[in-house]
Amino acid sequence: MNKKAVALFGAAMATVLALAACGTNANGGSSTGGTDTNATINVGSLYEPQNLDDTAGGGQGVTEALNGNVYESLFKLNDDGSVSNLLATGYQVSSDGLTYTIHLRTGVKFHSGKALTSADVKYSIQKVLAPNSQSARKSSFTAVKDITTPDDSTVVVTLTSRSISFVYNLSYVWIFNDQAKNLTTSEDGTGPYQVGTWKRGSTLTLKRFAGYWGTPATNAEVVFHYFTDATALNNALLTNAVDVVTSEQSPDALSQFTSNKNYKVNNGHSTTKLLLAFNDRVAPFNNTLVRKAITSAIDNKKLLQSIWGNYGTLIGSMVPPTDPWYEDLTNVNPYNVSLAKQELTQAGYPNGFTFTLDTPNYDPHPTAATFIKAELAKVGITVNINIITADQWYTKVYQNHDFVATMQEHVNDRDVVWYGDPTFYWGYNNPQVTEWVKQAEQSTTTAQQTALLKKVNEQIAKDAASDWLYLYPQIVVANTDLSGYPINGLNSQFYVYDIKKS
Amino acid sequence: MLHYLLRRVAFLIVTLFLATVVLFLLLRLLPGDPANSLLSVGATPQQIAAARHEIGTDRPLPQQFVTWLGQVATLNLGHSFVSTLPVGSQITSRLVVTVPLTLLAFALAIVISVPVGFLAAYKSRRWYGAVLGGVSQLGLAVPVFWLGMLLVVIFALKLRVSPSGGFPADDWANPGAALNDLVLPVLTIALVMSASLIRYVRSATLDVLDSDYLRTARALGSSFVSAMWRHGVRNASVPVVSILGIELATTFLGAVVVESVFSLPGLGSLLVQGISEHDYPVIQGVLLVSTFAVLVIGFLADLTQRLIDPRLRAPHPGAAR
Repeated sequence: MNKKAVALFGAAMATVLALAACGTNANGGSSTGGTDTNATINVGSLYEPQNLDDTAGGGQGVTEALNGNVYESLFKLNDDGSVSNLLATGYQVSSDGLTYTIHLRTGVKFHSGKALTSADVKYSIQKVLAPNSQSARKSSFTAVKDITTPDDSTVVVTLTSRSISFVYNLSYVWIFNDQAKNLTTSEDGTGPYQVGTWKRGSTLTLKRFAGYWGTPATNAEVVFHYFTDATALNNALLTNAVDVVTSEQSPDALSQFTSNKNYKVNNGHSTTKLLLAFNDRVAPFNNTLVRKAITSAIDNKKLLQSIWGNYGTLIGSMVPPTDPWYEDLTNVNPYNVSLAKQELTQAGYPNGFTFTLDTPNYDPHPTAATFIKAELAKVGITVNINIITADQWYTKVYQNHDFVATMQEHVNDRDVVWYGDPTFYWGYNNPQVTEWVKQAEQSTTTAQQTALLKKVNEQIAKDAASDWLYLYPQIVVANTDLSGYPINGLNSQFYVYDIKKS
Repeated sequence: MLHYLLRRVAFLIVTLFLATVVLFLLLRLLPGDPANSLLSVGATPQQIAAARHEIGTDRPLPQQFVTWLGQVATLNLGHSFVSTLPVGSQITSRLVVTVPLTLLAFALAIVISVPVGFLAAYKSRRWYGAVLGGVSQLGLAVPVFWLGMLLVVIFALKLRVSPSGGFPADDWANPGAALNDLVLPVLTIALVMSASLIRYVRSATLDVLDSDYLRTARALGSSFVSAMWRHGVRNASVPVVSILGIELATTFLGAVVVESVFSLPGLGSLLVQGISEHDYPVIQGVLLVSTFAVLVIGFLADLTQRLIDPRLRAPHPGAAR
């Protein structure tokens, strides 16, 4: 079929039918000058909540839309990675580090009108720990022994062992009304917005909550518009159907915004790392030298550039710059093909070997896998790319450990501690690292914790426990009418209450 | 006629029951675990088991089937594993988009294809008749998503006369805004549908134009228009109506590509989402409702044909008189 003819036909038909579309106008962008406190902010995103409860499998989308906006925690994780008081006004720790006495803010009301009490806090922590909890943070709270509520505004939590991350971990625990029902399809939080309507597959509307205890939101309404297609999302931004895109995942499309003065492209920090994860339990990847050789054989810089252009960061380990124990480890296993060949020979594979790479079927994994295949061919290693769905990945790789090597994006911050768990899917087992991770959690000072986790990070880099290909950029593209939006995507949260439209 | 209607209704019920069995079994044969879509990296084996228990996939298959059949019999399609929303209301909220989209596109396709197809046949020896036939042939080769993207680039991004996609959060509360969002998707589907319809209308018209009865009618003194109106249209519509039925049924679910290009929350995208999340109740619900719709459309097409063509109304050979 002649492409030109098809194009001509299409253009001709389109012109003929232009009349049908005339008289309609999609541009709703009227600027009144100054900030409009009654504005509706239209947010475009690719991550729709699966349901509204983060302990029932709501996924990344529910964190983005509801965390800090509809639900609040005792403590807040700020855009710069620090932690501050939110529903708590302060806390004391006993000298043995095992008892936390947390004081609650007074005058806080849930959207249903009920006042916040210590019973709600107890209920909410227990909800994360419950047998049917699907919270990704459940394992962070294994040290919790008991929760008591001496009075309405005090919560006392006792731990079985010291947990220096306890307060930080509490910043992930949403405080629910303990009387609320149907939390997967409706909400009752204390945040600056209430959920208006949720049309699954399309939009989620947040409305400013009149009874909010703190500074009211600077806009009246925020509508999250969900897209499954990155091009459709970008088109919506170009036609002013949305004002801001929470996380741009289509690097090729960025030029249409950078070259347009109506849009601002923000390059912030993310905590999402792309990993080539080896199964460290099985040959040949139970051999440190093989893992180091592979890490040195792949030019991560070139990979990052081909996928993200000038965005993104090389980290050389699991720790992103926003974690307190970050250090630049990109030179531990530098890109060096002759070094890689030497290491392979030393490991007993002078002529390379063949392995299967289980690759999730969504971007950027297949592209990166093809690149890795080409790079490793240069040192004699043959890669068989096995494309699998996200679902298969969970069953085959994550649960059954039935893989040799895989690729995966890891989105959480402070997740280097998983290298201390030998049962985790990648099977890295270094008793020294396990001990350091345990000691770090039981540290008495953050300096001690930081020092220990730095040692962990250095050790896993030395062992090439995985190949940390790169750290994703966090790119927020917004209409220049907009200000006050967050630019860092820590754990995919997206606070909307300071967004202003002029 | 009553006997015919009863037979059709019985046929409908039996087909629906068979559909429930096949749907249920086929879905369970697919590899994959619905619990996975609820969990993220960091989940423990206990959490995975708890998730399976929560949604009931740890129970024996026959028990799951009977539960579902009981629900369907009471017109209750259950709740989504993932969002926990009732499947019935989710489908209704999608039909609000899909039904108008399908019907408008269908109507527009008829408005385009009937005159164009007739002209292509009637003037088949003129240059524009040939061009019309050729263009429709070409149209068959145009992929829907490509045409959709082309329309977006022209009307949304360049001319700025139409939105690039989406649907109002409040559905049809503001009919103007909702219609505005449907213009390009309707156009996309209608154009693609017209391409094939034009060809059917053209060949049906050609058959009629060559027919003996039309020549006879003319010989008996009817004008071309009146002969065409009394005999031609009626005969030409019979094959076209059966194609229309098939096209309508195809568009009902086949709109998924268009829904994706234009980010429309329709039935097709609900199905795709359900499949990617292994959300059995949603998949079963959507497919059951679509099966029902397809059967009803087929029935209506059949009925229309019988009304148009008395020969079809004649009792079947061997039937009791």
